[in-house]
Amino acid sequence: MIINHPLLGPRDAAEFVYLGDAALIDRPDWQAAEAAEAFHAYGYLRDNPAGAHQELWYHEQGDRSWLVVTRDTVSHEITQVELARDVARARGRSR
Amino acid sequence: MRYSAFKILREGLTGNKGWTPVWRDPDPKPEYDIVIIGGGGHGLATAYYLAKEFGLRNIAVLEKGWIGSGNVGRNTTIIRSNYMLPGNEPFYEMSLKLWEGLEQDFNYNAMVSQRSILNLFHSDAQRDAFVRRANAMFLAGADAELADADQLRAELPFLDFDNARFPIKGGLFQRRGGTVRHDAVAWGYARGAGSRGVDIIQNCEVTGFDIENGKCRGVETTRGAIRARKVAVCVAGSSGRVMALAGMRLPIESHVLQAFVTEGLKPVLPGVITFGAGHFYVSQSDKGGLVFGGDIDGYNSYAQRGNLPVVEDVAEGGMAIMPMIGRARLLRSWGGIMDMSMDGSPFIDRTHIDGLYFNGGWCYGGFKATPASGLCYAHLLAKDAPHPVATEMRLDRFARGHLIDEKGMGNQPNLH
Amino acid sequence: MSQVNRIKGGLIDPATEITFTFNGKAMQGHPGDTLASALLANGQRLVGRSFKYHRPRGIFTAGSEEPNALVELRKGATQEPNTRATVTELFDGLEARSQNHRGSLEFDLMAVTDLLSPFLSAGFYYKTFMWPRAFWEKLYEPAIRASAGLGRLSMEEDPDRYDKGYLHCDLLVIGAGPAGLMAARTAARAGARVILADEDFVMGGRLNAETLEVDGKPGSDWAVGVVAELAAMANVRLMPRSTVYGAYDHGVYGVLERCTDHLATSGGKPRQVLWRVYARHAVLAAGATERPVAFGNNDRPGVMLAGAVRAYANRWGVAPGRRVAVFTNNDDGWRTAADLVAKGIEVPAVIDTRDAPAVCDVPGARHVRGAAVMDTRGRKGLRQITLTDGQMIDADCLAVSGGWNPNLHLTCHQRGRPEWRDDLAAFVPGRELPPGMVVAGAANGAMTLAAALREGCAVAETLGYADKSDLPRAEDEPRDCAPVWHVPQSRARAWLDLQNDVTVKDVKQAHQEGFRAVEHLKRYTTLGMATDQGKTANIPALAIMAECTGRTIPETGTTIFRPPYTPVPIGALAGRARGRAFRPYRLTPSHRWAEAHGATFVEVGNWLRAQWFARDGEQGWRDSVDREVLMTRGSVGICDVTTLGKIDIQGRDAGEFLNRVYCNGFATLAVGKVRYGLMLREDGIAYDDGTTARMGENHYVMTTTTANAVTVFRRLEFARQCLWPDLDVHLISTTDGWAQFAVAGPNARKLLRKVVDTEHDLSNEAFPFMGCGEVTVCGGMPARLFRISFSGELAYEVAVPARFGNAMMGVLMEAGREFDAVPYGTEALGVMRIEKGHAAGNELNGQTTAHNLGMGRMVSRKKDCIGNVLSQRPEMLRDDAVKLVGLRPVDRATGLISGSHFIGQGDAATMENDQGWMSSVAYSPSLEHSIGLGFLKRGDARMGEILRAVSPVHGREMEVEVVSAHFIDPDGERLRG
Repeated sequence: MIINHPLLGPRDAAEFVYLGDAALIDRPDWQAAEAAEAFHAYGYLRDNPAGAHQELWYHEQGDRSWLVVTRDTVSHEITQVELARDVARARGRSR
Repeated sequence: MRYSAFKILREGLTGNKGWTPVWRDPDPKPEYDIVIIGGGGHGLATAYYLAKEFGLRNIAVLEKGWIGSGNVGRNTTIIRSNYMLPGNEPFYEMSLKLWEGLEQDFNYNAMVSQRSILNLFHSDAQRDAFVRRANAMFLAGADAELADADQLRAELPFLDFDNARFPIKGGLFQRRGGTVRHDAVAWGYARGAGSRGVDIIQNCEVTGFDIENGKCRGVETTRGAIRARKVAVCVAGSSGRVMALAGMRLPIESHVLQAFVTEGLKPVLPGVITFGAGHFYVSQSDKGGLVFGGDIDGYNSYAQRGNLPVVEDVAEGGMAIMPMIGRARLLRSWGGIMDMSMDGSPFIDRTHIDGLYFNGGWCYGGFKATPASGLCYAHLLAKDAPHPVATEMRLDRFARGHLIDEKGMGNQPNLH
Repeated sequence: MSQVNRIKGGLIDPATEITFTFNGKAMQGHPGDTLASALLANGQRLVGRSFKYHRPRGIFTAGSEEPNALVELRKGATQEPNTRATVTELFDGLEARSQNHRGSLEFDLMAVTDLLSPFLSAGFYYKTFMWPRAFWEKLYEPAIRASAGLGRLSMEEDPDRYDKGYLHCDLLVIGAGPAGLMAARTAARAGARVILADEDFVMGGRLNAETLEVDGKPGSDWAVGVVAELAAMANVRLMPRSTVYGAYDHGVYGVLERCTDHLATSGGKPRQVLWRVYARHAVLAAGATERPVAFGNNDRPGVMLAGAVRAYANRWGVAPGRRVAVFTNNDDGWRTAADLVAKGIEVPAVIDTRDAPAVCDVPGARHVRGAAVMDTRGRKGLRQITLTDGQMIDADCLAVSGGWNPNLHLTCHQRGRPEWRDDLAAFVPGRELPPGMVVAGAANGAMTLAAALREGCAVAETLGYADKSDLPRAEDEPRDCAPVWHVPQSRARAWLDLQNDVTVKDVKQAHQEGFRAVEHLKRYTTLGMATDQGKTANIPALAIMAECTGRTIPETGTTIFRPPYTPVPIGALAGRARGRAFRPYRLTPSHRWAEAHGATFVEVGNWLRAQWFARDGEQGWRDSVDREVLMTRGSVGICDVTTLGKIDIQGRDAGEFLNRVYCNGFATLAVGKVRYGLMLREDGIAYDDGTTARMGENHYVMTTTTANAVTVFRRLEFARQCLWPDLDVHLISTTDGWAQFAVAGPNARKLLRKVVDTEHDLSNEAFPFMGCGEVTVCGGMPARLFRISFSGELAYEVAVPARFGNAMMGVLMEAGREFDAVPYGTEALGVMRIEKGHAAGNELNGQTTAHNLGMGRMVSRKKDCIGNVLSQRPEMLRDDAVKLVGLRPVDRATGLISGSHFIGQGDAATMENDQGWMSSVAYSPSLEHSIGLGFLKRGDARMGEILRAVSPVHGREMEVEVVSAHFIDPDGERLRG
């Protein structure tokens, strides 16, 4: 597979390390009332869709960017690649 | 029809005209006591044991394609019970014992071949972990045997002892491990279940569940609605897709695992061998092909195919331990979809929806588990209580914090 | 002359004779020959035996689809089993042997199985060999395995080298026949970067096997011209002898180039190169494969595909027989008849299943209309055929044509489904092609020469590569085909899969037994699972299954073609990553020093570390290790600890960041101080530990374990970029940047005093335990000093830029000479950490919690940190959880066994009674007995208890006493001293 890195252009997927669903960005609040349930869902439950999937790839043999890649899990077609940091900020993560 | 050498002789002399279908091909009835979704090894085994051990016959197995088209038909055929943790080892050892009597039990020769499995180790820490595991196997009534490098050199002289990047320090044998003709397992269970009245319905895809007030009353399929008192999902790599129809999220990701076979070769490998410092395991089939595999591709996938980096990685692992296979040719590669769970161990459990049961999360170890999975799932469905060797295979174990993590990799499925 | 069947013409060099052997018999051929064409030229019709029934087999095709003519090529370590004679280029001195027979090829003892064939029908083995149970493994299976397989491996290491390479192009053209050449020429003239790959050693595809003309000259001449034009262009790479074996995601193609297989030896060059080609577009122009018709005893040597027969005559100047009958259901078969007669070969009859006029004039041949061949005779080679009308015709070769199937394999590698075309009676590529791929020519169902040329040009243009030159002139040859898959009048067995011995009857039996899905048919009968993957057999078998079920062929389905297109050696897939080059070695900065001082090395991940340093007179490794421990604890020892991961962390929020990634607090760590940190995974399991030093206000240096150096860094980057993107913190791995040495033992300070420049105060007060700082050594060289201890002794770690590491080791040892300083390796390191009760990899194995490790109280509940919430799940905090303890043998002379399990006195050794396990053991030279660390249920509350440590895999057990894990200096006086 080839991942079109937003900063570096097309790179072989073998340069990257895969983590999983980009929902891993949405780490719950540790002090929330339902923190135990929220962390269980965050840590363990997955949508695991057959189709478009937003997922985290890390450019370990490259610039060490974490990327959010939107890839179809049936065709493997990649439709979008973003810097995970930008996605995280857009989802409201900051400090 | 009972199969035997005599039957073959008689058919051979009369033109092989008397053979009948190995399983019936009925249309679905409107209602069953139990509907099993998934005509793979585990689903068919579940139906077989429900009929044979628990006397339940009003059962349908629904298969979206042809039976055995999932992982039972695309694995590397290895059986073993070399696990370590109490939540696993007794289960897999029971499975191995069931394999040992399976063919006589269902009157079908699945070529269970206890040619041994060897896990090589390459460091002291690895040896320590294998000793711990071997002893756990003994405690659970299984067999295990440690061999040092000299013993291995005598037994398997073709391994690379002298020029290896990660020298072989020894290995853990399970002599009772081995291989099975994988397709025949599906066919044997189908035959055994079908002859006991189970309806095996192919080309019947489940498109939805009939759930009312927290109770599952049946399924929608491409061949119409089917009502059932209990619905048992058993769809391996499709677990995420199917359970989403019931509104459930699972502690599972679907990943692709490739497998490989070479052209037929005169016998070179006595048993199953696995590399401890890279991704490679191999055995030789009764037809002569080297059947081998390695690591999963590592990304979520429902496509039954993988990519080149893993193909090359696996071949590198093979050459690293047995450089005599360099001129053997890879004949065919394929991919299967693995239901990778969050701790690498499976589930055989009820769900929070009354009447809906789930069996899955087998990662890439489901084939060896087929008999025990079928028997334990049948036990759960028939008695609504887990089988004693499957009590820890629960869906709520992550919420409780009771993990069954053999490899210690944590909640990242592609590392198991 | 031995080449009895050699005729004039062809693309061989008749002036040069080369010698080869088949089963030890010397034969001659010419450059340009394949092994198959040369065998035929020498009159060798019998070349092998089939897999199951050991029936005689001859050459069936002229290409990579060959099911029969498999040989063992070469000898010794380069012996290569299952090699297709049809694609093996002849070279002088080639040695080939037939395979899969017991006794000689001519008199194969295993041929007896053919007589038993009524009892060996499809799937017979699933129905028998079950009783008595023990007989399967003792008797039946060994017998089956003894007859398994085809060729033999040498069992020696493959001596050849293989390389890998990466290529990028605009257009990859797969196949250099008329369509491929046109596509390549069109795109190349338009300036595209083109790669043209073909599995053959001569480009041109079927043009070389036909007598068709292009632009008024022989097609092969035209091909030579195009190839010459392409070869002269800088934007074109021609790759003959190169098989595109797989189409992978996003335009990545696997290509195997055979560089030296056509030479007697590889001569030190890579035998094959595995290319990964990244192509913006690809044109699949792989042509088509002829298929046979199944009829009685159609497997005899001499029964061949018609297109192959004329290829041997036209391209290689070989007559596959003296009297060649032609059996066809289509127009193309007639061309074989016409070409053979033009070459002076007798064609007694053309048997056409169609009741239609002759397609062309074939002088001397009878035209038998509306008939078929139903049986053949000839024990080891064809002698006579019997037609459905009862006629018998003498022939030593029968050219069979059942029509042509497009080679669409690569279109299926990404799960594309082929579509059926009635007019061709064949599957053509479906609409869903791998992204970027287009198909042209016969592979796309354009079955005539003119159409192939047209399409090759057109697809290049659709991809945006326009070329204004005219299309070459060629004709559309007749191609009518009336599908006939098998001859129902045949009473004898009619073969489909020639290699695996699958017959029409087997397909019918599979249907009868319910194996009606294509994949069931394949798996039950083994159809299409041989080395040719059913390239000639699958479609006829599918058609017969369709006939049985009363469905159409497309309703019945297709098998899924999977990579590789043709088999690829494992050696080529592995490339250079084998032997010691399997993975790179990482060497520590002091590696050369260690080598020169007697070190034995051990693999730790990819690192090589000194395990111990043997001295003269020592009897074994234990002597060395014991000495290293005792001398370190007695005076001072030095160990290269560079392999520990080092992460430089900077930024205004670096402290806060650390506070969140370690479970214990880091907010209060002062500048100049070091703190031990325990890192959890988000699931609450203990993950990694190490120390982090605060070098400055906004500057920290973290160490990780050697094993987790890479993944800790990855996780920290994840936390930084994805979880808290606005924290001001930056990370860089400096593992390779600094050489770091532990200096441990009561004389450590004295030693370092001689190395660290005098302006730095090393007194206990100025530089206390867990202090750190930037210093200079050896007169001004920058270094870092950390007062930390893994051994439990007064100890420091000193870091210098990596390039000075080897020298630094020498400097430290020289400074230590007066103290009898010793270098120590990983074994002594391990002994000392067990003596001190430190957890390491065996304890931090990904399954244990801080609670298990006795560090539960380190998990701060006052702050957020990775793993905090999930570490508090109820079953992870159970009172009866295992706890890390120390163990010692009750009989002090006994050695403990790592991996043994703890069982209570008087309990049976079962899993129910399992109370834990021994994770690490060592012989403690300080205590003079074996010691261990282990995890024991409620272990912290069981000090002094006596248990059994059982190791049934060793057949041993021993009594052990539960003790504190801190065997040495439990109060830590030494390290603070």
